[in-house]
Amino acid sequence: MHRLLKITIVESDPARAALIEESLSRAGQYELNIVSDMARLTEAIVAHNPDIVLIDLDNPSRDALEALTLASAPLERPVALFVDQSDANLTRIAIEAGVSAYVVDGLRSERLKPIIDAAVTRFNMFRQMRVELAATKRALEERKVIDRAKGLLMKAKGIGEADAYALLRRTAMDQGRKVIDIAEALVTTAGLLS
Amino acid sequence: MTTTLHIGFLPLIDAAPLIVAAEMGFDRAEGIALDLRRAHSWSALRDMVSFGQVTAAQMLSAMPVATALGLGGAGAPLAAVAVLSTNGEVIGVSKAIAARMREAGHAFALNDPDAAGRALIAAARGPLRIAVPFPFSMHAELLYYWLTALGLPAPASVDIRTVPPPLMAAGLAAGELDAICVGEPWGSVAVETGAGALLLPGSAIWAGAPEKVLGVRADLADANPEPLRAAIRALWHAGQWLSDRQSRTTACELLAGSQYLDVPAEIIDRALSGHLTISGRGKSRHVPKFVDFSRYAPHAAHAAWIGERLAARLGLDRTAARTAAIATYRSDQNRDVLQAIPGYRERETAPDRFFDGQELGLATSD
Repeated sequence: MHRLLKITIVESDPARAALIEESLSRAGQYELNIVSDMARLTEAIVAHNPDIVLIDLDNPSRDALEALTLASAPLERPVALFVDQSDANLTRIAIEAGVSAYVVDGLRSERLKPIIDAAVTRFNMFRQMRVELAATKRALEERKVIDRAKGLLMKAKGIGEADAYALLRRTAMDQGRKVIDIAEALVTTAGLLS
Repeated sequence: MTTTLHIGFLPLIDAAPLIVAAEMGFDRAEGIALDLRRAHSWSALRDMVSFGQVTAAQMLSAMPVATALGLGGAGAPLAAVAVLSTNGEVIGVSKAIAARMREAGHAFALNDPDAAGRALIAAARGPLRIAVPFPFSMHAELLYYWLTALGLPAPASVDIRTVPPPLMAAGLAAGELDAICVGEPWGSVAVETGAGALLLPGSAIWAGAPEKVLGVRADLADANPEPLRAAIRALWHAGQWLSDRQSRTTACELLAGSQYLDVPAEIIDRALSGHLTISGRGKSRHVPKFVDFSRYAPHAAHAAWIGERLAARLGLDRTAARTAAIATYRSDQNRDVLQAIPGYRERETAPDRFFDGQELGLATSD
C-alpha cells in the first residue's frame, strides 16, 4: 500500500488552482496543497515537503524552485529533478502544455503519469482560454481604432457614420488591406497633424 | 526558402541583440528569420531548448556550464555559441541599508567596489540577504567573488538566494532583502518604485564578465548547420549596431515594445547609455560600458572560471568541472563563422582583471 503522494500546486490565481486541484482529485487520491504567495514559495515547499511540485512554465518563480533543487550543497532534500528523467516524452508533453513538474527522484512514471496527464489537460484548457481572451481584447482594441477613424472622417468630410465606414471599407478593398490597417494609418496621421 | 529559427528570450535589456536582429532585419540579411518567444524564467528557457520548443535561447553565461556539471535540467547538454552581452548587472540595496551607508559616509559613487563592499558589509545587521535571479549565474559569482575578496566569509555571513526579478523590488521594500544583484531594467525598477538605491554595476567587480550567451543543444552546436551560423552572423551585426551611439534612441524604442520588455523607453535608455538614476531622489551616475554588446566571442577561460567557481562552492571535482565547462563554450566555432564575415576584425581585449587586481588565470588557480 502506497502512502498518498504529496503534491504542491504553485498558482497565485485561486480559481485556476481550484480547477487544477479538482482535475487531480479526479485522477486519483493525493494529498494536495496550494501555494499562492510567491514570496513565501521556498518556505512553503520546505514546510510541505511534497513529492511533486506543479507550476506554470510561465511562472517566474520557477527559478526559485531550481534553487531548491541543487543550489545548496550538501543537498538539503533529495528532491526535484525536472519531471522524471527516464521519461523524456512525458516531459516534452508537459512542457508543450506549459506545465513544469518537479518530482522526487525515483518516483516511478506509472505513479506520475496520471498526475501529469491531468495537469496537462487542465493547462491546455487554460491556454485555450488565454488565446480566446487575447483575441477578444484585440477585437475590442480594433473596434476602438475604427470608431476613432470613423469620427475623424465624419468631422473632416461632414459625412454620416455609415458613409464614413463605407469609405474606410472601400479604401481598404482598393488597397488590398484590412479596414483596421487603414483606420490605424488615419488615426496616426491625424495625430501627427494635430 | 527562408529558415525560421525559434529563439527564446527573457524581457531584459540584454536581450537587445536578439530583438534588434529580428526588428532591424539583420536576420533576413543572413537568409533566416528569427521568431522570438518570450519566457519568464531561466529554467523555462533551458528546458525549451533541451526539449526542442526553441532552437536557441538567451541564457545566463553560467547555465550551459551548470547543466554540464549536472546542476539542474534533465534534458540535453547545452553549448554557448556566442556571447550576447558583457556585464550589465547592477547591485542595489534596500532603503534601510542605503540610509545606514549614507550615514556612515558612503557616497554611492558607483565606481569604487572596495569602498562600496566595505560600506555594505558594515551596514549589515546579521547575514547579508542578497537576491539573484538564478542560483547559477554571473550575478551570484560576482557577489561571491566581491564579498569574499573583502573578507566576508561565505556562506556564513551572506545569504544569496534566488528571487524572480519581478519580485525583487517588493522584497527590498518589505525588508526581506538587504540587496539585489540583477540585470536591467530590474535595478531601475527598484529605484523607480522607491524600494531601493543602486550601489554598484557588475562591471566594477569584473569588467568583461560574460553575462548572457546564445545557448543551443550541444548536438546542434556540433552539427553547426548553416541556419545556426547565419544566426551567429546576424547577432554579431546586431551587437555592432547596438554599439553605435547613433542607434540608441531607436534601440530603446524597439526594446520598449509591449511584446518585448514593455517598460518605458526612458528606463531602457539608462542602461544603454550608462546614465543610471541611483536613488529615489533622482541622483544619477554615469557608468561607461555598463553593458557591452561587442565582446561576442565565447572564451574558454571564462567558462573554466565559472566551472571552477561552481565546483569549489558545491564540492565537485574541480579539474573535471573545468574540462566539462570549457567544452560548453564553442570558441573556435564562433571565430570561424565570424572571420568569414567581410570586414570582421577580431577585437583586441585587455586581460580580464577583477577589482582586487587578480587576473582571471591567476584567480582561478588559488
